[in-house]
Amino acid sequence: MIVNLNINNQERQVEIKPAERLIDVLRREGFFSVKEGCRKGNCGACVVLLDGSPVNSCLIFAARCEGRRIETAESLGSTENLHPLQKAFLDEGAIQCGYCTPGMLLSAKGLLNENPHPAEDDIKKALDGNLCRCTGYVKIIKAVQKAAEAIGKTR
Amino acid sequence: MKEFSTVGKSEWKVDGASLATGRAAFTADMDFRDLLHARILYSPHAHARIIKIDTQKAKSLRGVHGVLTWEDLPRIVHTTAGQGAPEPSPYDSFLLDNKVRFVGDRVCAVAAESPEIAEKALSLIKVEYEILPAILDARDAMKPGAPVIHDEKEAQQVIHTPYDPSKNMAAHVELNIGNVEGGLAEADVALDYEYETHYAQHCPLEPHVAITYLDENGRLIIRTSTQVPFHARRIIAQALGIPVSRVRVIKPRIGGGFGAKQEVLIEGIPAAFTLKTGRPVKLAYSREEEFISARTRHPQIIRLRTGVKKNGDITAIDLGVIMNTGAYGAHALTVICNTGSKTLPLFHCLNVRFVGDSVYTNLPVGGAYRGYGATQGYAAIGIQMDEMAHAIGMDPIEFYKRNHIQVGEISPIIQALGEGREGVEQSLATCGLDECIERGAKEIGWAEKHGKPKEGAIKRGVGMVCLMQGSGIPEVDMGAATIKMNEDGSFNLLIGATDLGTGSDTVLAQIAAEVLTVPLGKIIVYSSDTDMTPFDVGAYASSTTYLSGMAVKKAAENVRDEILSVAAQMFNVSKEETTLRNGEAAAAGKKVSLSRIAHYSLYEREQKQIMGMASHIAHQSPPPFAAHFAEVAVCTETGKVTVVKYVSAVDCGTAINPVLAEGQCEGALLNGISFALTEEYLFDSRGRMLNPNFNYYKIFSARDLPEIKTILVPTFENTGPFGAKSVSEININGPIPAISNAIFDAIGVRMRKSPFTPDRVLKALKGF
Repeated sequence: MIVNLNINNQERQVEIKPAERLIDVLRREGFFSVKEGCRKGNCGACVVLLDGSPVNSCLIFAARCEGRRIETAESLGSTENLHPLQKAFLDEGAIQCGYCTPGMLLSAKGLLNENPHPAEDDIKKALDGNLCRCTGYVKIIKAVQKAAEAIGKTR
Repeated sequence: MKEFSTVGKSEWKVDGASLATGRAAFTADMDFRDLLHARILYSPHAHARIIKIDTQKAKSLRGVHGVLTWEDLPRIVHTTAGQGAPEPSPYDSFLLDNKVRFVGDRVCAVAAESPEIAEKALSLIKVEYEILPAILDARDAMKPGAPVIHDEKEAQQVIHTPYDPSKNMAAHVELNIGNVEGGLAEADVALDYEYETHYAQHCPLEPHVAITYLDENGRLIIRTSTQVPFHARRIIAQALGIPVSRVRVIKPRIGGGFGAKQEVLIEGIPAAFTLKTGRPVKLAYSREEEFISARTRHPQIIRLRTGVKKNGDITAIDLGVIMNTGAYGAHALTVICNTGSKTLPLFHCLNVRFVGDSVYTNLPVGGAYRGYGATQGYAAIGIQMDEMAHAIGMDPIEFYKRNHIQVGEISPIIQALGEGREGVEQSLATCGLDECIERGAKEIGWAEKHGKPKEGAIKRGVGMVCLMQGSGIPEVDMGAATIKMNEDGSFNLLIGATDLGTGSDTVLAQIAAEVLTVPLGKIIVYSSDTDMTPFDVGAYASSTTYLSGMAVKKAAENVRDEILSVAAQMFNVSKEETTLRNGEAAAAGKKVSLSRIAHYSLYEREQKQIMGMASHIAHQSPPPFAAHFAEVAVCTETGKVTVVKYVSAVDCGTAINPVLAEGQCEGALLNGISFALTEEYLFDSRGRMLNPNFNYYKIFSARDLPEIKTILVPTFENTGPFGAKSVSEININGPIPAISNAIFDAIGVRMRKSPFTPDRVLKALKGF
């Protein structure tokens, strides 16, 4: 079957099988930032923004995304023009292996979309579904705080 | 402190921008035409002989391109432990065998056009088993009459060390210094307790994954998520019976490893399918497979006896360890060696005995896991030190200060006990432990909080522990680096060292940049590819910064020498008159840029490639030190333990990149806290893991995070690059003892068996 997806601000017609998960379709379309860590919605490595809100793309049928807006980490910023979240993650040392990073960034972006001035507890709650085994989260939380401040200043 | 330009700065990770933008390519992030997907059938039985495998229906399923059973592969015994050759782990594994030894052992494998077809094919395979009695408790393994797990004639040790599979003994180690019984007799207080540590999994966010294919010359290319590309090349060639020259291993970005990927675990199966079909084959573990079939932290049962005098002198330490290595002996000898060799040298004590047995059981297989035996050792020693201090009424801080090893001391234990062989003589050159203790104690508020009476249903307590680890394996591990210069004054740094997320590419580039006096951006790092980069043992044993870092430093110094020679020729002066500073060579009042030198050298006169190569082995393994302090809140009604604050003060020598070094500390200790409190393998009565997913195997998430404070205490280790020692493993060793000691401070109950789950704490508190 064919679905119409808006992926990173580009309309695409994508051929899918009826029971395919969004993660598999996105990766087949070349969005390799969408990582697979558990396929059960426990780890958050596959988080994308669906109409601006973070979802585990391993738990969503691609067929249910007809006409909806999907954002992956590829849309955040480029190496030459980093998003403030990406820059803060680099400044603070919030990236080690980087496998959880795309999902972590998108959950953080979803939070900042809703709440531009999050308290530390808001950040912890927003990132609760994104597991990281490398950093111990300390620097990730700090990076989200820094990014929120940086975005606040540019507004 | 010496002043450096790039070293000591928290530079961005060299792969950071590509990781942050999601563009960095991990193993699976690449398309392959005609890719086949391999899936594995696992044993439902803890111990059984395979009588018959009927693969007929699976083979005739449309889209299936191959089924492998033990009958289809050469029977070559090897170890999956990714260690140097000859490996100190016993040879007791086959790619596939006619016997299964734990629930999760491999039975056979399928390759098909899609993962779904491969799964369907697995369901069509019928296996007839002869079920054998199983050993599900390490205490039973060496009892007379116990079932023999490795009864195959091929099982053997290839180095000279005790090994007796007929008794389920995978390794045995003994160390005797002084007179332990005499020491115990002269003690004012003698302690004798049993401790137990539990199974855990590394849980890298990226599970094991490998893609194999043939290049245009028919060579086998293995793109794999590994910490040990060169060992992987050697072991896969061995297991498949093909020459090393026919194999190329490529390590792209790695999604974490923590030791799990120091195992040559999955590559052989897709490789065998590729050789058979000529097609690319991918094998990607699911999270469940990662839990049931990959490697784990070896559980240990530790009996520890110590003697102490009232003045605080330790008179004897007697450490007895039974280690459960599971169904295979991966790292069975070396992990248990480290349980003694990375813990006992921390203390002045003239009477020390260490006896360890690694035993086979029909349970999941142990392997390398950050901390590597030291984590288990400190679970016992770190708690008993607190018990000793308490028994003589001394503050643990004073007790550690009195008893820890000092600069200039030569530990007889380090000398006697290496990894699977004798150690090296090593005089301690640096030790920042006293400063770690002082600054950590201040940060946690030790003087105000420790030993004070507690009130209320939720009681708070503080606990501490001191730690050491090593920096690589001396006289064994080797790292090498190649650096070549480009005409714009940039350099390619080619390293076999394996960045698995630690940031080692960045740290090694900083070392090269420091020597070559260029900004970090001028260093282009490539790691690792067995066709392209020089040899390195890989990422393990806390060795990369210390060992591979020295190889990079030496290679860069060689390049600097060549640069100076060319510059001298350009200036028409002697090399000795030429200096290199800030990316320019200077002599006799003249200056020339690196790009000009490279251009001259490549295109103008006596043309040559300016490049340098160096290898490095270490003769020492200088220990990093740490003092950890935990503050906990224990609910006396539910038994729930919450870590409120955790402080780690760490002497890792020079931190080449302080933010990355802090990240190593924080990641390790949060993994340790999670291990101490919530992570646990639950088994049914037949040895099957009941909770192979993140729903029921709880690793800490952001919301569980306590307040964490990391303090780096600098020292300068002369044998390391720009003063560096290691940092990656040590901090996972602290949480079990520090938290247990804090629980004692809070509620007066000693927790000697991990993890400290509410039910265990409540039982201990209520005395049942």
